Order: sequence, then structure tokens, then C-alpha cells
Amino acid sequence: MPPMATARGCPAPGKGKNVKLIIAAIKPFKLEEVREALTAIGVRGMMVTEIKGFGTQSGHTEIYRGAEYAVNFVPKVKLEIVVSTAMADQVVETIQSTAATGKIGDGKIFVIDVSQAVRVRTGETGEDAI
Amino acid sequence: MKKLTQLSGLTVALAALSALPAIAQTATVEAAETAAEMAPVVDKGDVAWMMTSSLLVLFMIIPGLSLFYGGLVRTKNMLSVLMQCTLITAVMMVIWVFYGYSFAFGGGTSAFWGGTAKMFLAGVTLDSTAATFTEGVELPEYVFIAFQMTFAAITPALIVGGFAERMKFGAVLLFMVLWGTFSYFPIAHMVWDGAGLIFNWSAIDFAGGTVVHINAGIAALVAAIVLGPRVGYGKENMAPHSMTLTMVGAAMLWVGWFGFNAGSNLEATAGATLAMINTFVATAGAILGWCLVEALTRGKASMLGAASGMVAGLVAITPACGTTGPVGAILLGFVASIACYYFVTAVKHKLGYDDSLDVFGVHGIGGIVGAIGTGILCAPSLGGTGFVVEAGTMGAQVAAQFKGVVVTIIWSGVVSLVALYIVKAIIGLRVDSDSERQGLDQTAHGESAYNY
Repeated sequence: MPPMATARGCPAPGKGKNVKLIIAAIKPFKLEEVREALTAIGVRGMMVTEIKGFGTQSGHTEIYRGAEYAVNFVPKVKLEIVVSTAMADQVVETIQSTAATGKIGDGKIFVIDVSQAVRVRTGETGEDAI
Repeated sequence: MKKLTQLSGLTVALAALSALPAIAQTATVEAAETAAEMAPVVDKGDVAWMMTSSLLVLFMIIPGLSLFYGGLVRTKNMLSVLMQCTLITAVMMVIWVFYGYSFAFGGGTSAFWGGTAKMFLAGVTLDSTAATFTEGVELPEYVFIAFQMTFAAITPALIVGGFAERMKFGAVLLFMVLWGTFSYFPIAHMVWDGAGLIFNWSAIDFAGGTVVHINAGIAALVAAIVLGPRVGYGKENMAPHSMTLTMVGAAMLWVGWFGFNAGSNLEATAGATLAMINTFVATAGAILGWCLVEALTRGKASMLGAASGMVAGLVAITPACGTTGPVGAILLGFVASIACYYFVTAVKHKLGYDDSLDVFGVHGIGGIVGAIGTGILCAPSLGGTGFVVEAGTMGAQVAAQFKGVVVTIIWSGVVSLVALYIVKAIIGLRVDSDSERQGLDQTAHGESAYNY
């Protein structure tokens, strides 16, 4: 029986350093490949959102019967993956190497400290909740 | 209401020609013709074909044209386009029965309208008949009324593309009643009725190049100019919201167009089959024409290009489908398509008006190229069925075609302009700019096209 969280929502001192949030914006057609690669290295969950945005790639032009429209926001997929700090570098490297096509617009990866993580079913916290 | 009596003479002449190899039969043919003159025959095959054709033309409006146009507008205006097409169809059908049929085909001897004799379909019974292209072969009048009614319904619906995304719903309907009454019904009479002005110039318009397409194209152009461009035109992204539905609609238009073109033969005869093959191949030539120019000028052939070429080809072959050979039809479609491409991609942007869905660029320009091309391609030396002008020369035929086009342009232009200002005075033309930004689906109809 895991201990019930006593301070759910309040970061326990020292725990935040054990869990990282990795946010990656990648090309949509790379999603399946990245998911497979991450599953292979032991990642057990992720959140996926279809997003639009712009970076270096900026946008592109579409032409309808001669009318040109600038598409300023390019479709991307955003991944949010919470993993133990020990695993974070490997996850980042895996996403980077799998999602790269070498062309402009491959995306970005960000790593953020997570101050608390809780598993809803059991109340486990920190690394145990991943 | 004797449609194209000159052409029926041509048909008889052709029948006589085909009988030449069997001279022995000539007497029999003549005897049969004499008998036919005495008692008009209603052929069950013709009736079945004309009932089918009427349904095919309805299929062109809803769902065909509605989806074609609906896909081309932004999501927030999808339902407004579907509603405008649907309600225009309903209104035109009702006024067609009340007085439209009479104004167009009421049997009056005026060169400009058919009179009031058949208002509310007075005098039409199960036994009354309408003439076809063959002497002595007639149609039940009800099927002729129904077939022509679908034309009277689709023509105003075509204009919707010119003012899409910004006109008041009530204004749309009032404008269509005025325009139908003073432009469509008279021009249908002038072109197709035996007493009609343009008909008696021997201009060929087999299925409605002038009556339907130039007529609607000019009205759309005038409406686009009078209403002014959409809010954000040229600055905001106004890309079509569903290219898929646009393609579905365009393909439905093509299928329905066989009722429009081959049905205009009024009989299930060889003439209808010529119109049918032309409606296939002219369209094919036009699709190839548009896509070829696109591929050459911008490196990619687009699906909207293919769909636009399809419609341009169908428009161009409409007046010509009964008198042009299939090779001429391919050429006509190809040339008309390129003309339309050039117009909507280059000329329109220079002129700066906002004909939202290119009604004038495709139906107007395609219709004009088709109408003039009809005068050239009906030449027997080019595989056509022959000239119908008395002079019997290409120059005279093209001149007749040209006169028909000019009268239609001026007539429709003036009627559209006056009708728009009448509507503006009574209920106003445009929705306010907040409503336009929010979209007509919510502000005019209180619904959303897609509820995910």
C-alpha cells in the first residue's frame, strides 16, 4: 500500500529534481516513428497535441485560382513527456535523432523541471508516479 | 413554344440524306412523315428521357452546385451558400408555375416575352403537348414545363457565387425574383421560343450558353461590383474550406449536365447521343487544358484547377453540344478552359472586383467562348452538323452568335443593375461588417455547418 500523499499539489522538497517534462514540437508525419523509438527505450506514456506555429520555417503559400494566401502557421505535433531525470537525456536524444529530417522546420525540444507529479489512481508522487 | 424549328428542318434533311442509299424506302419515309403530321406522336422513350433529364438538372443544383460553391467558401459561410441555392430553387419553381413559364413559353408572339396566357399554367392539361425537334413528335407539356423549370432554378443559383459570403438572405431572394422575372424569363423566350428575337437571328444555343451561363455570369459580375469586395479581401486568408466537397460538387455537376445538355435535345434520339458524347469529351479536354497551363506556369496542377476546368468545359460545350463534332468539342473545351484560367488568375486580380467564386470568370467567359465557338465548330468541314443561318456561311453564323451574346450581356447587365438598386432601396444588400466577420451561418441562419 503506497503512502497516501500528504501534501498533494505541494512540491515535496527535493522531489522536483527527480522528474523532468520534455516538450517537443515535431513534424506531424514523424510522430509514429518517434513514438516507436521512445517506447523502445522504455518511455511509458506521452501526451500528444496537434498544434500550429511558426519558427525558422515561417510558413508557405497556397494558391487557389490565382489567389495567393500565406499560411503563416505551420501544422506541428506537440509531445509532452514526463520522465525521471535519469532518463531525460536519452529521451531528448532519441526524439532529436528520430524526428530529424535535416530540412528546415524539424522542430524544437525543451526540458523543464517538474515540481510535482501525482498518479491519480493511487496517489503516488514524484518518480513513483511516472 | 416551337423550339428551334430551323433545327427541326435540319433534322428532317439529315433523315432524308440517310435514306438516300435506300431509295426504295424514301416513299415509305415520306408516307410516314405525312402520317406523323396528321397526328402528333408522344413517344414513351422521349417522355422517360425528359423526366430523367429534369431530375439530372435538379441534381446539378442540389447537391451539385451547392456543394461545389459550399466547399469554396469559408467554414462560417457554408450553410449560407447551401441555403441560398436551396431557397432560390424553391422560389424559382413556385414563380415558374405562377408566371415564369408563361413569360418564357406562353405562346405569345412578342419577340421579347411569352405573354400571360399560361399564367398559373392555365390551359395545361394531361393532353396538352409541347413541340420537339421532330415534326409530328411531341412531349406532354408537363414534362417540358418541369424540364425548363429546372433551368430557371439553376440559373439564378449560379449567381450566388458572385456575392457569396456577404449578401443579406432576404436581399438574395428578392433579387432573384426580380432578375428571374426580367432577365431569365425574357431571355429564355428570346433564345428558345419560336417567336424569340435571338432565335429568329438563327443563333444556335442548344442548351443555354447565353440563356443560362452568360446571363448568370454577367449578373454575378454586376452584383460583385455593386456589393463591393468582402471584408478583408486581398488581405485575409479566404481559402476554400473544403476542397473535397468542391470536387464532389463538381463531379455531380458533370453527371447532372448530361440531363442539361442531352436533355435539351428533347427526344431520346441520335441528337441526344451527340450532345452526350460532347458533354463527356469537351469536359475532358477542358480539364486537361486547365491543368496543363497550371503545370506549365506554376509547376503544379491543382485539384481546384481540375474542378474549375471541368466546369469551364461544361459551360463552353453547353451551346455547342448539339451541333459540334466530338473533336471540335475537345478543342472547344480546351480553348475555353485556358481562356477562363487566364481570366480568373490574371485579369480578375488586375480589375480588383471580388467575384468570390468566379462565376463571371468561368460561366461568363466560358459561355462567351462557347457561344462564339459554336458558330465556328458547327461547320460541316470541322465535323459539325451545319450552319443554320440563311446565308449558310461561318461568318454569318458567328455574327448571329455574336449578336445573341451582346444582347444577353446588355440585357442581363441592365436588369441586374436596376434590380440590385431596387433591392438596396427596399432591404439593403449587405450584412453589417460584424455579421460578415462572424459568418452568415450564425448571423443569418443561426446554425453551424460542423459541430464536432
